[in-house]
Parts: sequence; structure tokens; C-alpha cells
Amino acid sequence: MATEMLTIDNLNKTFAVPSGDVVALHNIGLKVKKGEFITIIGPSGCGKSTLLKIVAGLDTGYSGTVLLNGKEIEGPSIEKGFIFQEPRLFPWMTVEGNIAANLSLKNPEVRKKVDELIELVRLKGFEKSYPRELSGGMAQRVSIARALLRNPDVLLLDEPFGALDAFTRSHLQEVLLDIWQTNKTTMLFVTHDLDEAVFLGERVVIMNPRPGHIRNILPIDLPFPRKRTGSAFQELRRLVLNEFEKVEEPLFEIGAGI
Amino acid sequence: MSEQAVGTNKGHDRDWLSRIPKGIHGWLVPLAIVAVWEAAAALDLISAATLPAPSIIIGQFFSLIASGELFEHLGISAYRAGLGFLLGAAAGLLLGLSTGLGKLAERTLDPSLQMLRTIPLLSLIPLFILWFGVGEFSKILMIGLGAFFPVYVNTFLGIRNVDSKLIEVSRIFQYSRWQLLGKMIIPAALPNILLGLRLSLGVAWLVLVVAEMMGTSAGVGYMIQDARAYSQTDKVFVGISIFAIVGKLSDSAVRLLEKRWLRWRDTFKG
Ligand SMILES: Nc1ncnc2c1ncn2[C@@H]1O[C@H](COP(=O)(O)OP(=O)(O)O)[C@@H](O)[C@H]1O
Ligand SMILES: [Mg+2]
Repeated sequence: MATEMLTIDNLNKTFAVPSGDVVALHNIGLKVKKGEFITIIGPSGCGKSTLLKIVAGLDTGYSGTVLLNGKEIEGPSIEKGFIFQEPRLFPWMTVEGNIAANLSLKNPEVRKKVDELIELVRLKGFEKSYPRELSGGMAQRVSIARALLRNPDVLLLDEPFGALDAFTRSHLQEVLLDIWQTNKTTMLFVTHDLDEAVFLGERVVIMNPRPGHIRNILPIDLPFPRKRTGSAFQELRRLVLNEFEKVEEPLFEIGAGI
Repeated sequence: MSEQAVGTNKGHDRDWLSRIPKGIHGWLVPLAIVAVWEAAAALDLISAATLPAPSIIIGQFFSLIASGELFEHLGISAYRAGLGFLLGAAAGLLLGLSTGLGKLAERTLDPSLQMLRTIPLLSLIPLFILWFGVGEFSKILMIGLGAFFPVYVNTFLGIRNVDSKLIEVSRIFQYSRWQLLGKMIIPAALPNILLGLRLSLGVAWLVLVVAEMMGTSAGVGYMIQDARAYSQTDKVFVGISIFAIVGKLSDSAVRLLEKRWLRWRDTFKG
């Protein structure tokens, strides 16, 4: 109870659109422990991004309870790090400038941490490069580094590796697990990739659309580092997949993962 | 076989151009025109009263420099254009920032400014003369008004084009108001602001000429007008060339700023 970091209870979110109301989230309940790695999986349109934005404080028009460290969320802040699907780097700043952003690189403490993070996300030699000179994977690593510089209590990741090729994606998954194991940052990781959800999560939250709701929460009791080819992994993967096959329409392309 | 012949022929055609340094390519056409012009004048094909030979214009140019007349006119013109531009551009930047950043300022100020913008500037000249006379104040005010709108419109546009996704990032990082302005909005709007400055310089220059052609006794515009009265066509040409050269130089200055400040941009460069 004391270790609970994020409490979501009876969360509902409705968008008013010209054609009527869209219920994006219906009765969402989720408790996340400090340091836990949660993956959220579901087809597009089931409200995953909406849920993350509410936790981030970017969207405040909801009903229900969302508590971070026991306090209601009042708006965006550095405690709630966010990594978007697109890197969203500032094009007019270099790599190190983007990581520091509104903090000054002239401050020796910031400088030191930025250098460490550049090391951690393996971007040494690119400190002075502009975003246009980076590949998609490198740019996403910059956005991870700049979120980590602010030491967030919880890191919210919205399909962060969705636009990347399979090799870059699996590499960044390893990087992220490294970071999680070192910093013990609480992770809320949204994906539509079955393998990614099972590979990363200690628990997988399965969401379904119309209206967006949590269908099931499955614990993944496998030790890290996990092997994707292991039979236990495959068994759990099938278990998650089964949750979706209960729905009439096929929602996933099988084998879309790695 | 025949294809190969065509290929080598084409290579040959480009050969002479590739031997000339690239930096000079832009000068080839003007130089050719001047050469033809000079030859035509030497052969008496055109009258000196209509189109004096380039050599005569250059001679006039140097004698105007030697007598100090040219710099006197240029000095006063540069002062008027410079001051008018600075005032107009500064006002444009400030108002553009206010209407771009604030809904209240946009609702109250922008409609009036947009209405004023549609008035052809030159049609206001009689009114300016009636109100302020033909003195320096009137001229600088007119130039300032001309310089104002390009900066205003482009600053507003630049701010409104800032990617809301990047604004979201700055909210998460808890940027202060000043950080939001200085580290987010101004850098993001800078391409548009600089474009506005360039356009504004052009307008300032244009209005300067018009302003100097009435009720004044100094300035490059006056010099042209005066030379016309005495049918000194070569002097008219010197005046026009001065406008061209200074206009080009000031434009290059802003482009240099663009090169330095917008290095980060990833755009089509041809
Ligand atoms: N700003 C918005 N205005 C109206 N409807 C929205 C808005 N954002 C999301 N929605 C709707 O809410 C639902 C959930 O969207 P989203 O959270 O983006 O889903 P996901 O991230 O799982 O793909 C969708 O039906 C979407 O159309
Ligand atoms: Mg989404």
C-alpha cells in the first residue's frame, strides 16, 4: 500500500465531437507500484494515448481519481516524464542542447549529467549534431536522455519505438531495460506490439476499444533478461493474444513484432 | 554508337562553363549585357541622352565620389531608411509578438492592423504631407509604416505556426514564461521573422525613393530627381545603381543572419 505510486480509479474520459460524444476511456482502474514496469497494449483507438496524457497532466478534463504519490495531478511537470512516438526534438538545438533544453549547459552539474546520459544512450560524438542529422533511432534516444535528465518519478512512453525498424527497436528495448534496472524508474509503456509488451512488462495491461476499457491485467513472471525464443515467453505471449481473440474482429497482425 | 556521340558532345558543351569558377556564373549574363551595351554606344547605335555608355556612367560615379556629393546624398538616405526601418521593424516585432502570443491582443489589435494593411501605402503620402509637412519626421514615419507590416505579419504567422507538439514538451519540462518565449517561440518563429525583416527592408527602400522625390534637397532619390530635371541621364543611372547596390547589400546582410541562425534548418537547397 505504501509503495503504491500511481492510483487510477474509475477513470472516465469523454470527447465532445460534432457528431456526438466519444467515450475514450470507460471505468479505468489501475494501481502501479513504485519501480514497476507496466506495459499497456491494445489496438489503435482504445484510448492508450488518452490515458497516458491524463497521467501526464496534459489532459485534465476527466472524471474519476488519478493520484500520483497520493496527490491529484494538477498539470504537466518534470516528475512525469513523457516520451512520444515521434522524438519531438527542438530542431534549432543540438543534441546536447535538446537534452539540457531549459537547463543551462554552463552549469557544471547539468553538464556532467548530460555527458553521462549521452554515454548511456550511446550518442557519444553526436553532442553537437542537429536533429536533422540524426536517424529516427538516434533521435528517439535523445528524447529518452532528455526525459531522464529530469529524474522523473514515472516515465510515460507512448509507442516510443513504434516507428523504428526491428533492429533499432530491440536495441532500444535493451537500453530501456538497462535504464529501468539502474534507476528503478516506474514505467508506463504503451505499445501495440505483442512481443514488446511481453518482453518488457512485469504486468501487461490489455485494453480494448469502443469504449476504451481494461480487459485484463496479466502478470509476466519471467526473470530479466528475457529470451523471446524461450517456451515460457511464447506461452505468455499466446496468453496475451488469447485475450484479443475473444473479440470478434482480428485486431492484430500476427507476427507484427520482432 | 550514335548515343555515345551525343553523350560526348553534351559533355563538350558544358566544358567551357565548367572551366569558369562557379562563383562567377551569376556574373556572366550581366557582363555580356554591359559589353554589348558599351559596344553599341561606341558605335553610336544609341543616343547618350537615352542610354549613356557604361563607361560614362562609371566615370560619373567616380566624379560624384570625388566631389563628395554621392556620400552626402547616400548618408542622408541611409539615415532615413535605417531609422525608419528600425522603428517600423521594432514596432512590427513587438506588436507581432503581442498579437501572436495573446488572444486578447489578437482580438483587439489585429483586425485594425489588418484593415490598415490593405491601404496602399503610397496613397497616404498626401495625407502625411498635410499632417506632418515634407520634413524628416514625415519621411521617416512613412518609411517606418512601410517597414512595419512585413515584420508584423510574418512574426504573427511564425508564432502561430509553432508546432503545438513541441509546446507540449515545453509544458512537461515546466518552462518559465521567459524560457517559453526565448527558448521555444522565438527560435521556432525565427525563419518567418527574418523573412519579414528582409521584405521590410525592401519596402523601406521603396518608400525612401518616393519620399525623397518630393520636397527635399538631399538624398539619393533627390539626386535622381534633380539629375532628371537637367537631363543628366548618366547621373540618374548612378543613382539607380546606388539603390540597387545598397539594397542588395542590406538583403545580403539579413541572408547572412539567416545562414548563421538557421543552420539547423533542413530544407530543400536545390
Ligand atoms: N482530441 C480529441 N478529440 C476528439 N476525440 C479524440 C481526441 N483524442 C482522442 N480521441 C478519440 O479517443 C479515442 C482514443 O484515442 P487514443 O487515446 O488516441 O487511442 P490510442 O492511443 O489507443 O490509439 C479515439 O476514438 C479517438 O478518436
Ligand atoms: Mg495512441
